[in-house]
Amino acid sequence: MSDTTPMVRMVGVDKHFGDLHVLRDINLEVAAGQVVVVLGPSGSGKSTLCRTINRLEPVDNGLIEVDGKALPAEGKQLAGLRADVGMVFQSFNLFAHKTILENVTLAPIKVRKVGKAEAQRRALELLERVGIADQRDKYPAQLSGGQQQRAAIARALAMRPKVMLFDEPTSALDPEMVQEVLDVMTALAADGMTMLVITHEMGFARRAAHRVVFMSDGEIVEDSTPDAFFSNPTSGRAKDFLGKILTH
Amino acid sequence: MGVILEQFPLYVQGFLQTLRICVFAAIGSLVLGTLLAGFRVSPLAPLRAVGSGWVTVFRNTPLAVVLFAVAFGLPEVGVNGSYFWFGVTGLTMYTSAFVCEAVRSGINSVAPGQAEAARAVGLTFSQTLSLVVLPQALRTVVPPLGSVIIAMIKNSAIVGAFGVGGDLYSVGLQLTSAQGYAAVGVLTGVLLGYLVLTIPAGIALAAIERRTALAR
Ligand SMILES: Nc1ncnc2c1ncn2[C@@H]1O[C@H](COP(=O)(O)OP(=O)(O)O)[C@@H](O)[C@H]1O
Ligand SMILES: [Mg+2]
Repeated sequence: MSDTTPMVRMVGVDKHFGDLHVLRDINLEVAAGQVVVVLGPSGSGKSTLCRTINRLEPVDNGLIEVDGKALPAEGKQLAGLRADVGMVFQSFNLFAHKTILENVTLAPIKVRKVGKAEAQRRALELLERVGIADQRDKYPAQLSGGQQQRAAIARALAMRPKVMLFDEPTSALDPEMVQEVLDVMTALAADGMTMLVITHEMGFARRAAHRVVFMSDGEIVEDSTPDAFFSNPTSGRAKDFLGKILTH
Repeated sequence: MGVILEQFPLYVQGFLQTLRICVFAAIGSLVLGTLLAGFRVSPLAPLRAVGSGWVTVFRNTPLAVVLFAVAFGLPEVGVNGSYFWFGVTGLTMYTSAFVCEAVRSGINSVAPGQAEAARAVGLTFSQTLSLVVLPQALRTVVPPLGSVIIAMIKNSAIVGAFGVGGDLYSVGLQLTSAQGYAAVGVLTGVLLGYLVLTIPAGIALAAIERRTALAR
């Protein structure tokens, strides 16, 4: 596999929910180490796009590859591929019956077959990195939203993923906790992680993104650098969207 | 009431036979019912069909008919065994349908994000179910499962009457019709025997319920 193999490649991807055409002929490549921010109005298909990349949503048509490998159908192989794609949800979705440490060690032990001691050592390193090592023996419900989201990032990183997907990771947080999560993400981006981030945090998009993809009605309408997108959007829909976002 | 003391050893035998039927059928139907619930939420359509077919058949058929079908149907297809095992098998098949539905409603009570996160980190379907969803479903599943198991203990009387014999119910029958004891006295003993099974079962379930509620 050459260095130019994109980490994520989507070619001609289509998806319907019943009559609703949520993804229309999506073509998208994310190079290794690149940070792509996906913007767009609510209902434009951003979450669906993100979820098709690890096949939490199946697609009707088209090709999706992660690191040059096409997505297998449901089953053991698919589970293996999902392990390579980290995902962070708006609502955290930490395992409610497990401690923070167990949340981070579960998949390495059960999927990667890492020994328990080694998994814990590595989990503590990651919890340290996201700044919540002292919370390791608590249950998710005992943590603040910002701490839970950082734990969820650590859980995803524990699988040593090739790419990280973030679906509005700060949208469910109280305002004072947004920054602590964005800081973790910014550090991750600086470390060279390949990232696809759905967010309404324009500051993060400007600072950390290499590319901005703008979606509307299931289509990718613009795909450019943050500078070009924010200062000089080409489509009417993007101008409209920015007008609403930036005046708020 | 003198009959209870006079025939105490017979009552104890009957109690033990009922207990044997119930222990085997409870273990069998909890295992089978949980497996069937897994089938019902599986991504594989054939497994889902097996699960829902099983529930439809056994939840809507009288237990006596299920027992009849097992006791006379299995030998016809070459499976032979004692009436005891036929009885336990029939009771297990019947009860598993109710266990399945209780477990399935418990599974549905767990937030969908939990299973989604489990799949996203690479757990397989059965790992997702056994490591993430079922442990969290337990809390909501215990009370309805309690009712199912208590109903099963009572249903074991039908198994006894069906020819397994020697259980509490059959003892009552034997003492009244063959030995001519008065019904009220005999049945009081039988009733006490069942209560000794069902009431501790209820208490044990309440304790499990408290423990699973605390473990959060
Ligand atoms: N599971 C689903 N079933 C039916 N419709 C859905 C489902 N998920 C999303 N949709 C619809 O698909 C469209 C795109 O949704 P989504 O990808 O969540 O958009 P976004 O994340 O950009 O807000 C919306 O109209 C939404 O209502
Ligand atoms: Mg969304």
